[in-house]
Amino acid sequence: MLSTSNILLEAKNLRKHFPITKGFIRGRVAGWIRAVDGVSFSVNRGETFGLVGESGCGKTTTAKLILLLEEPTSGSILFGGEDILALSETRLKEYSKSVQAVFQDPYGSLDPRMKVANIISEPLVVSQALPRKAVIERVKQVLLEVGLEPKSINRFPHQFSGGQRQWIAVARALASEPKVIILDEPVSALDVSIRAQLMNLLKAIQERLGLTYLLIAHDLAVVKHMSNCMGVMYVGRLVEHGDADEIYQHPCHPYTVGLLSAALPANPDAPSAEIILSGEVPSPINPPPGCRFHPRCSHAKGICSEKEPVLRKVAANHFVACHFDLGG
Amino acid sequence: MVKQENSERLGPIEPSPSSSSTERTVLNVNDLRTYFFTREGVVKAVDGVSFLLRKDETIGLVGESGCGKTVTCLSILGLISRPGRIVGGNVLLDGKDLLKKSEREMAHIRGRRITMILQDPMTSLNPVFTIGNQVAEAIGIHQRVRGRRLWEKTVEILGLVRIPSPEMRLGDYPHQMSGGMRQRVVGAAALSCRPEVLIADEPTTSLDVTIQAQYLNLLKEVQNQLHVAMIFVTHDFGIVAKMCDRVAVMYAGKIVESARMRELFHNPLHPYTAALLKSLPKLEGRQEWLTTIEGQPPSLLNLPPGCSFAPRCRQVDDHCLEEYPPSVIVSETHTVSCWRAV
Ligand SMILES: Nc1ncnc2c1ncn2[C@@H]1O[C@H](COP(=O)(O)OP(=O)(O)OP(=O)(O)O)[C@@H](O)[C@H]1O
Ligand SMILES: Nc1ncnc2c1ncn2[C@@H]1O[C@H](COP(=O)(O)OP(=O)(O)OP(=O)(O)O)[C@@H](O)[C@H]1O
Ligand code: SF4
Ligand SMILES: [Mg+2]
Ligand SMILES: [Mg+2]
Repeated sequence: MLSTSNILLEAKNLRKHFPITKGFIRGRVAGWIRAVDGVSFSVNRGETFGLVGESGCGKTTTAKLILLLEEPTSGSILFGGEDILALSETRLKEYSKSVQAVFQDPYGSLDPRMKVANIISEPLVVSQALPRKAVIERVKQVLLEVGLEPKSINRFPHQFSGGQRQWIAVARALASEPKVIILDEPVSALDVSIRAQLMNLLKAIQERLGLTYLLIAHDLAVVKHMSNCMGVMYVGRLVEHGDADEIYQHPCHPYTVGLLSAALPANPDAPSAEIILSGEVPSPINPPPGCRFHPRCSHAKGICSEKEPVLRKVAANHFVACHFDLGG
Repeated sequence: MVKQENSERLGPIEPSPSSSSTERTVLNVNDLRTYFFTREGVVKAVDGVSFLLRKDETIGLVGESGCGKTVTCLSILGLISRPGRIVGGNVLLDGKDLLKKSEREMAHIRGRRITMILQDPMTSLNPVFTIGNQVAEAIGIHQRVRGRRLWEKTVEILGLVRIPSPEMRLGDYPHQMSGGMRQRVVGAAALSCRPEVLIADEPTTSLDVTIQAQYLNLLKEVQNQLHVAMIFVTHDFGIVAKMCDRVAVMYAGKIVESARMRELFHNPLHPYTAALLKSLPKLEGRQEWLTTIEGQPPSLLNLPPGCSFAPRCRQVDDHCLEEYPPSVIVSETHTVSCWRAV
């Protein structure tokens, strides 16, 4: 068998550029926000791919492209080997059912006027006409799946605590029996004492249902705990990706090294990594030429500001976009 | 290792509660109670909170959303308004009770002797004034300097918080700066009067990890220079490990455990602290499942009698459900409120 048969979801050279319009005359484009600028990665069936990077680097935009909430400027998305941008209307509906999402903010993502039953069944009824009874059955089933009581179906979101609302969001994502769930900062808004509950739940349903996750989180310990593979994004591009354990143990890109050293372990005896990155993330409107990281990089040489490094293989499943071999 | 043995032989590093420690005590919060009288009932947001803050020291106030951290800080600053009211306790700054001061006296103390940095820098900066204006105003009010001297002071303070070429950025508006820079400007305004106490209420939650690391380092450096005592509010134990000398863990309006920072990590005595520390995913190694605390943090409306953590506690017994546990002094540096420790 081909080794690629294990890949369920693949992004190929994805780009999303948002126009910046100036003045009152429509159509005058003053520039482009290169939110996602040539991103390629693949997610294996039943595994979790973690995406990390600082605010504004394009993580959510990448997720929205895969969810078809934004149209890519260029590039392609393959699902089970098929290019979804070339799919027929009906196949596209099937794809939408197969890929669901849970976002950070359980307040924003659940309509406060809708009952739990309607919230959860939404992704189900959008794509197909089902008898009411079957819909309610399914809703009760997924509520049980996430450990909520089936009798919650007639309640409203505000009748749940902030934490529990995220359980409803997970139940909703499960309703249409998806294959992939995109988790965009699923635990960041939750209280510390219930984060572990949700992470355990997500892992348990992944095992039980064979789900594939794309996990976006800024908490590196969360990504480390959940992911098999991971990618590090910087100003619209992936600078490093591969096996998650390997990257944590041997980060090669200076940005990854800086990012990992900035993470604060909840352990007073951990050796303090003092490779603090200086400066700030550049704007995606005018990303620096060459390697986008070069203005903040302590290893930068002349070539770094001239030539953009391409991803190259440094280990079996480990790719780095840097001109130098700085592997740890 | 050797070092530790030595220090043990020399006695605790923590100053003993003799006269020398009272000298160094800047702030003494004693049995503070702040309630909100709402239509649904009385919300006991802060219910008997006590802690000491010494010069040069950082105390971490940790706990989950809604446990009363911010209300504690606002009570210290005398910023509680209706339906809230401070119903008991005292807050001694250099031995004088702040709760007995008039609003005019408090306004004077706020921003001069005790200042606060808030979570979201946008809410503490006025969008229609330049940052130079706002920092200068903070300095001008409290230090009575004007003109060229005020301008120099403003540039100096912005330089202290590492705003690059501060003279050029004085004319910038808040929206023209990044989140990290804005937070440093807020820090500059808060530090401009060289306060005795700086209260930082989750100052880095809106910042990126790399910017957070820079900011925390900066705060530490500035603290070393200005010898300011700090109350650091957070729910992140990574920040606690980096920033704090002592930690007070809050749950449902009360401090359930307080200890020296390392002591708390190595020997957590309250079941809540212990479970919380165990539930964190680790950066090293691989774990399949995380240890969880079942249930949700309680609502502060009509808390049941007994220990507020009892409904979620694995070590609960009948006594816990009936009566709130007393505060047990385990050692000079470690206090816990749990029946298991009695
Ligand atoms: N609809 C849009 N129109 C214009 N610009 C956008 C739009 N959506 C996102 N952007 C810009 O694209 C860039 C990437 O944004 P994105 O939300 O993907 O970042 P992110 O990595 O998810 O950040 P965060 O960690 O803060 O959620 C940002 O500069 C953002 O301002
Ligand atoms: N104006 C108010 N009216 C009624 N209740 C209030 C008011 N302000 C605060 N509270 C209540 O007081 C409690 C403590 O709130 P506080 O803001 O101190 O929590 P916190 O520990 O700072 O939480 P977070 O981590 O979310 O900032 C909460 O349960 C809150 O609902
Ligand atoms: S007092 Fe009882 S319920 Fe509360 S933490 Fe201690 S053992 Fe648990
Ligand atoms: Mg995002
Ligand atoms: Mg707060």
